Amino acid sequence: MKLHTFTVYVEDRPGVLNRVASLFRRRGFNIQSLSVGHSETAGVSRMTVVVETDDSGAARIKAHVYKLINVVRVEDITDRPSVVRDLALIKVSANHQNRAAVMQLANVFHARVVDVAPESLVVEMVGSEAKIDGLLEVLRPYGVLEMVRTGRVAMARGSGAGVAAGGGRFLPEAEEGFSYSV
Amino acid sequence: MKRTGAQILWECLVREGVTEVFGYPGGAILPAYDAMLDYPIRHTLVRHEQGATHMADGYARASGKVGVAIATSGPGATNMVTGIATAMLDSSPIVCITGQVGSRLIGTDAFQEIDITGITLPVTKHNYLVTSAQDVARTVREAFMIAKSGRPGPVLIDITKDAQQASCEFEWETAAPVVPGWREAPPLGRAELARAAELIRTAERPVILAGHGVTISGAEPALRAFAERANIPIAATLLGIGGFPASHSLNLGMMGMHGEAWVNLAIQEADLLIACGMRFDDRVTGNLKTYAPHAKKIHIEIDPSEINKNVRVDVALVADLRDVLERLVPLTEPGHRQAWFDRIAGYKGDSAVRDIQSLPDDGHLYAAHVINDLWRATRSQDTIVVTDVGQHQMWEAQYYHHENPRSLITSGGLGTMGFAVPAAIGAKRARPEAEVWAVVGDGGFQMTMCELATAVQDAINIKVAIINNGYLGMVRQWQEFFYERRYAATPLSGPDFVKLADAFGIRSRAVSTRSDVLSAIADATAHEGPVVIDFRVEQEDTVYPMVPAGADLHAMIRRPNPIVETAAD
Repeated sequence: MKLHTFTVYVEDRPGVLNRVASLFRRRGFNIQSLSVGHSETAGVSRMTVVVETDDSGAARIKAHVYKLINVVRVEDITDRPSVVRDLALIKVSANHQNRAAVMQLANVFHARVVDVAPESLVVEMVGSEAKIDGLLEVLRPYGVLEMVRTGRVAMARGSGAGVAAGGGRFLPEAEEGFSYSV
Repeated sequence: MKRTGAQILWECLVREGVTEVFGYPGGAILPAYDAMLDYPIRHTLVRHEQGATHMADGYARASGKVGVAIATSGPGATNMVTGIATAMLDSSPIVCITGQVGSRLIGTDAFQEIDITGITLPVTKHNYLVTSAQDVARTVREAFMIAKSGRPGPVLIDITKDAQQASCEFEWETAAPVVPGWREAPPLGRAELARAAELIRTAERPVILAGHGVTISGAEPALRAFAERANIPIAATLLGIGGFPASHSLNLGMMGMHGEAWVNLAIQEADLLIACGMRFDDRVTGNLKTYAPHAKKIHIEIDPSEINKNVRVDVALVADLRDVLERLVPLTEPGHRQAWFDRIAGYKGDSAVRDIQSLPDDGHLYAAHVINDLWRATRSQDTIVVTDVGQHQMWEAQYYHHENPRSLITSGGLGTMGFAVPAAIGAKRARPEAEVWAVVGDGGFQMTMCELATAVQDAINIKVAIINNGYLGMVRQWQEFFYERRYAATPLSGPDFVKLADAFGIRSRAVSTRSDVLSAIADATAHEGPVVIDFRVEQEDTVYPMVPAGADLHAMIRRPNPIVETAAD
């Protein structure tokens, strides 16, 4: 069992998010995180879905997601070199006495302070989930008042293109016939 | 040309080749019903919308064409859910059209408003909410394309009342489907095909597992050619029955929970399974950990999500079954497998002696006798048997020997009681020249017997054989085996079915001795119009063999020898 990251290109239509999310639910998979936004192609949204499962579960997820009529393309990029990012906004309790210390910690993590108030400040951090967890840990003693995270967004490295290049194909790796390694 | 959304709906349905629809009108679908009168469509008025979906399903399975059901919003739509799920689990192509409240009322809990696209999301292949007349044509075309392509399934179109009423330009040609995610089956790899051929060439104890996909893909001749050339025996799933002639020497019979012992033993001892359009359902595999332990597995299946879902396979051929089999034939060498056939013959052992058909007539009426006699009486003509779900369904699979595709229609995956009578009506609409028999238990019959009124009003000539044992028989059987005969809620009373049929204006009679079975069937066949026969059979009869749920496939509860008189103990 490990975390698998899927990128899913879907038609930008009402209800499509529900179709994808509902599929994970009814097939018994628990979504760890899901983020949705525009892709490079108009009318096509891109989702990043993170699910904890084994390799055969991941293969089944992929095949099931493909069956959704509104899904244009799906990839499991877990084992591919990828850029993986999470964005967090963390509101920390901080006053004039310890504000400098908090800001210093943020600095160490390459996080930015984006709002300062008399009794708190908001730290913004972009990075891997582990790095954000690390920042969170050192901020906790000061009092984390509020936090929001986007969940993972991911993109494979290298020159492979998005949906515009591969759109509408059945399975990118199936040019020579569909096969499962056993 | 300008048309209302309702007119466009029928314009498109007619162009898709639809001539029959099954439905029930109501407020939100009224514009569509009004427009229907101007088109060459025959509408069958059902008594409950579940019946409409089963009829569309029966129509689809009997004909291979897309079946169409239509209902109003709210309860009309929710009543369809069971029938839609039935079609989903059995890969049956139906299109369900529901009215919806006006688009400005959506989300307000208006009268008879329900989120039917949300409700049917997990039980449709795809569904649509149409809120504008401009979208009707494209949606209908997409729905038919999706319903019948690849692995078929149900598609629901929910159309708001204002979209039915509004007018817009209609042009069939320009309303082409726009489905960027829709794919043809992927190309079949030569390497995979060669690997499969090699496994087949070297196998000593192969078995073909034939599923519903054989009939869906029209692969019956290809399957026969392949099996005969490679000389490989064939076991069928419940929905695979009819895909290969029962009388053929390579036919083993039905596999799985109520499959004959030699079929399951052959699978357990096989060194190669060639799964053709089947999905290794738990009812055919038993315990997955001990399933066919010596066998390599080839899985020919058009739906990639079925590969490695339940059983890990060695070669997966994800493509149209007929195409694969036709390409496999020339790669296959004639097989010599006398030792394997002898071994399977050995598995049969004394099964035939223990079979209830071998028993002398002891004056009791057994369901197996009724069904076997029905087969004898109807085998020579074009007959479709539509079953309900339960003991009679399994006896039908065991004792009615199907030679032809689409001659058995039954709810497999969902196991929907109440399926038989409406699905038989749909099948009769699809193939009026065929004699259609609904074989149904007294439990399932009482779920949808209202559709007898449909058969009468629309003069649909179906024959109904009620296998009446006064119990919810299959559940009772489980209670007998696994719950110490504590018959919780399984004894079942019913009306006098003969009087009931009489009240519907349907010819009927009751049969309680075997000597009357054939004459009752002959009488039903001769009668032009629906007939109900109440076969009052042995009450505590049992379907053998039985693999208990989750048990090893070879761990069957066999028929006792000699058969004990179940009613006396």
